[in-house]
Amino acid sequence: MNRLASRLPAIVEQHQQEILTEWVRLQLESGSWRAGRLQESQLRDESQRFLALLVSNIHKGMQFDARNSQWSEIREFLADLSRSRATQGFSPSQVATFVFSLKQPIFTRLRTSLLNEPEALADGMWETTLLLDSLGLYTTEVYQQARESVIARQQEELIELSTPVVELWPGILALPLIGTLDSERTQVVMETLLQRLVATGSSIAVIDITGVPTVDTLVAQHLLKTVSAAQLMGADCIISGIRPQIAQTIVHLGIDLSAVATKASLSDAFALALKRRGLTVTGSATGAARG
Amino acid sequence: MDRVPILRLGDCLLVTVQVDMHDELAMTLQDDLTNKIVATKARGVLIDISALEMVDSFIGRMLGNIAAMSRILDAQTVVVGMQPAVAITLVELGLSLPGIRTALNVDAGLALLRKVLDRSGEGSYVD
Repeated sequence: MNRLASRLPAIVEQHQQEILTEWVRLQLESGSWRAGRLQESQLRDESQRFLALLVSNIHKGMQFDARNSQWSEIREFLADLSRSRATQGFSPSQVATFVFSLKQPIFTRLRTSLLNEPEALADGMWETTLLLDSLGLYTTEVYQQARESVIARQQEELIELSTPVVELWPGILALPLIGTLDSERTQVVMETLLQRLVATGSSIAVIDITGVPTVDTLVAQHLLKTVSAAQLMGADCIISGIRPQIAQTIVHLGIDLSAVATKASLSDAFALALKRRGLTVTGSATGAARG
Repeated sequence: MDRVPILRLGDCLLVTVQVDMHDELAMTLQDDLTNKIVATKARGVLIDISALEMVDSFIGRMLGNIAAMSRILDAQTVVVGMQPAVAITLVELGLSLPGIRTALNVDAGLALLRKVLDRSGEGSYVD
């Protein structure tokens, strides 16, 4: 096997120029490169660089290993290629096809060179397949990693954006919640609210759940935890924005909210908060006349 | 061995926890505080835990115990300045400390204590 294995690098190296020409022609013919905004010259350039890297690395053994530092050059090239193609709008299979399409020209060369040695030909094809498959799969892996990191970043941003704590009045905070509450979000909500309570020295927080589509036992439990934590720090919570259906759900689920002040609307909750702070709102005579 | 300082403030006692509470320190505080309440006839206890960054279930229970003991000795307890992380931990541990009064800071705690004491103050012994 080892004796025969040495044939493939020699053949690829010897016919590098022909393989490249053939490969680029095949890629241009298939038309898959037009899916994105890739220029023909760029495709030629990338193909040439990849093949050159492959030829200079092919003697290191057939098994591509992403963790092996020997392959770091080719790994970085493929990672860059995969990322740039991902941003150009290529699908992962189109990116992998870039590598896989190299098989055909190499097979053609092997066939003509090893015409009279069927065993060496079969081995050579097997090695080429192994190598190019692992390289192609690696591009898919990188593509997926790039996508996942984008998703993770967006998720984080979403969590940060969706938990604003606003000061309604000196000493009264409001936390308008929008969207489904899961454990991770509740943790962020809880921390943000408690930190703002300390920072502003507020003694009342209004948690408005108008924008929360459904309340199940888990969400209610999260809410109650937030309320208890705020109470431990010496602040009162009022839950507002409870829609009729939500009120029904809460009772049907047997959730006990009696420990918390609840109001149907944010304005009711604000009125209660003002009352607890010993404040009253009065309309001025001039304002009433104008209004 | 370090002790948690207990300062007298009129008819109230101010306990400021400045170091991380370990179990032995909490036990000592419990002894010291009950003794001090009896000795000074204090009517209110203010426990400032703003410097406390870590709690476990034991410390959480100790706070509850101290409050219960003070109540038996006719002193009202207010815990002030709990850090957000500490509050979250206590809630996650299932210790929501029922029956303990809390306030955001020492100022608010003193005001709360005054209000509570004024309300229960009628008919009490004044010298």
